[in-house]
Amino acid sequence: MSGTALRTYMTDQVGPLPFCPGCGHDRLLKDLDKALVALQIAPKNLVIVTDIGCIGLADRYFVANAFHGLHGRSLTYATGLKLARPDLTVIVLIGDGGCGIGGTHLLNAARRNVDITAIVANNFNYGMTGGQHSVTTPSGGRTATTPSGNIEAAMDLCATVIGAGASWVYRGLGYEQGLANRIVEGIRHPGFALLDVCELCTAYYGPRNELNKKKLYELVAASGMGLGLLADKARPEFGAAYREAARRAPKRQRVTVIEAAFTHSVAKQTGLVVAGSAGQKIRSTATLFARAGMLAGLQATQKDDYPITVMTGPSVSELNLAPDWIAYTAIDKPDYVLLLSADGLNKIRASLGRLPPSCLVLADEGLDLPETDARLMTLPLTRAAKEVGRLSIGTIALAALLESEKLFPMAAFEAAITRYQSKDIAEVNIKAMNAGIALVANTA
Amino acid sequence: MSLEFIEGNEAIARGALKAGCRFFAGYPITPASTILQYMLELLPPEGGVAVQAEDEIAAIGFCIGASMAGQKALTATSGPGISLYSENIGLAIMGETPLVIVDVQRQGPATGSATKGADGDIQFVRWVTSGGLPIIALCPATVAEAYELTVRAFNLSERYRVPVFLLSNKEISLTRESVDLDAIALLPPVARTPPTCDKDYRPHGFARPEEVPALANFGDALVTRYTTSTHDQAGYLTANPAVIQEMIDHYVAKIEAAADEIALVKHDRQDGAETLVVSYGITARAAGLAARAARANGRKVSSLTLQTLYPVPEKAIAAAMTGVKRVVVPEMNMGQYIREIERLAPPGAAVVGVNKMNTTLLSPDEIARQGGLL
Repeated sequence: MSGTALRTYMTDQVGPLPFCPGCGHDRLLKDLDKALVALQIAPKNLVIVTDIGCIGLADRYFVANAFHGLHGRSLTYATGLKLARPDLTVIVLIGDGGCGIGGTHLLNAARRNVDITAIVANNFNYGMTGGQHSVTTPSGGRTATTPSGNIEAAMDLCATVIGAGASWVYRGLGYEQGLANRIVEGIRHPGFALLDVCELCTAYYGPRNELNKKKLYELVAASGMGLGLLADKARPEFGAAYREAARRAPKRQRVTVIEAAFTHSVAKQTGLVVAGSAGQKIRSTATLFARAGMLAGLQATQKDDYPITVMTGPSVSELNLAPDWIAYTAIDKPDYVLLLSADGLNKIRASLGRLPPSCLVLADEGLDLPETDARLMTLPLTRAAKEVGRLSIGTIALAALLESEKLFPMAAFEAAITRYQSKDIAEVNIKAMNAGIALVANTA
Repeated sequence: MSLEFIEGNEAIARGALKAGCRFFAGYPITPASTILQYMLELLPPEGGVAVQAEDEIAAIGFCIGASMAGQKALTATSGPGISLYSENIGLAIMGETPLVIVDVQRQGPATGSATKGADGDIQFVRWVTSGGLPIIALCPATVAEAYELTVRAFNLSERYRVPVFLLSNKEISLTRESVDLDAIALLPPVARTPPTCDKDYRPHGFARPEEVPALANFGDALVTRYTTSTHDQAGYLTANPAVIQEMIDHYVAKIEAAADEIALVKHDRQDGAETLVVSYGITARAAGLAARAARANGRKVSSLTLQTLYPVPEKAIAAAMTGVKRVVVPEMNMGQYIREIERLAPPGAAVVGVNKMNTTLLSPDEIARQGGLL
């Protein structure tokens, strides 16, 4: 940075630090300041992100950008800031409470490895709300909400983020010498770095558990969770990896634009229901047929209905074709119903009894059809598909419908198949189209 | 005419790109997931970032961070995700964050029917977070409007520094329509203008409460502040009741003072009409057909379609209701926006809801019969 070096990043313009006498946060912020002085990051490129808890009061005391957000969510804002502006140095100050409520963000920030430094001011309880227990409260620890001692196990923050893939992890004590240097290392680490800084809460946890600096050390040492540098490994930083992958990403292909090239004989909005099974290419074939109609100058809408387990059960597409804009997209009284499988039939069976006599039902042979006023055309669709290709039953049925009802020229369907499908699929579907035409010719 | 055959979610994603959106974060949820999918395709080649977050709270958190760092940000979800966004929407209001939130509504409450449509979040998005301060919400009726209103939503969010909702519905977002997007004249994107001062920048500075403060991005020239806590114009915590009230008045005034500018309605007016149908979203299309059928029957019926739902376009609604004896409000919920209509209706006018929430569209026939249009 230009100009003279900053001798401190803390400002005296907003009064003294607000923490209780002896609180570990005071010392921690001064170590952070020393680290920042060592690094000399331009304040405009530095963001201190905080959330709720006593440590969240810290940001106003620094000459840096400050982002103070919701309890436990600081890592999410930090991730957005860093991904949007990779040149920012992003430091998160969070409490042990924030690590609890925001546990999933802690895991995922570690796993994702965005270049953020998270400093946990870990004083084993919620200082801001009266000293309730947190995820890091030691077993047996006395807090406002564990009056007879904590019966929950303490979460090892470091082991947790290491398990999630964190690339740089350090546990220290709030009053240890050299902590500022460890903070420098954490900030310099190109990836997610976490410092778990164990501290005294002099208002609640300390007095309730008769802790002092010596006993704090003994407590952390006795926990067996480890002190010092616990992880330091090279892993691809998420933002850098993202930008690298983006450079290789193919530009999205120009979407299909359809110019009308044929005529049609559809006088009014016409509703078509195609009911079949997963694996019959119902949806994509319906889209293809709609595009054929659009090539013939029609407007179209399509809605699909299928179970969330997409590879099994029924698949139903509802198509509207009309000479003008389609206002109402539901099909209450279909003009055509195509039944391609028992799954499809069963899915829409209830509606078949209400079909008007003007409706044509084109069904595969052998289906157990209910009583209906609609006209019925039964064709050996499955048998024909066995010869052409299993996935082509929809094309066979729609070609048969088109041959019978002449909504628009077959040439429009053929053009859609060749234009909007890959060559090998188009070849099969042209055969399927011809098979559909033949089925109707044989019936006649 | 050259057409495409696309669903509403694709139109939203492409509209976002046209608006200058370069950041997207979302969490998979039907019927909004394909927006995430399209953004993952569209943004990286443009130098933008689209990411799948670990949950909805993270998704909107990423977006708020990215927006404050200067990127136009979009997120998309459905009703259950809006529940999880709630607290952060309050943060975005408090921090005056430009942000567009797509709510592809589905049948609720709770998990409801993931793949079925409804308009159940109409009042939810207005009162989505603690404090009850105003947001902006736009509501498309077609795939084309989804495209157009997405651009408008971004512009409004930048202009007023506020989260803007695009209230879609599964019936628009997952229905393919033949549409000519290139024929749509989009609004030019509104760019963020940096503050002109070089020192003493106040992130929430205003002289009059309705003024929208200039926004300094994190990482640009000015050191800036952002906070979820009650703060003054400089972004510092305050407990001063007078300052707190001044800030609250500002959040309200900047939206309310612009209500006419934000209002977007379509009034299909018939001279001497005694009945008015007021509708929005997918139902507006059936409502239009119902009004047309009523006219063919000799009834005098006007139709008002709302593209802006919030701030409530009060003047336009009141004007359309002038002289009307009966107002019909069809909704794919149990009666939500009708509350706004009732409070604006002229004395003596009957306000009648036509309501259904069974995952199927309200048909023109249902609106005509139950609304007494025939």
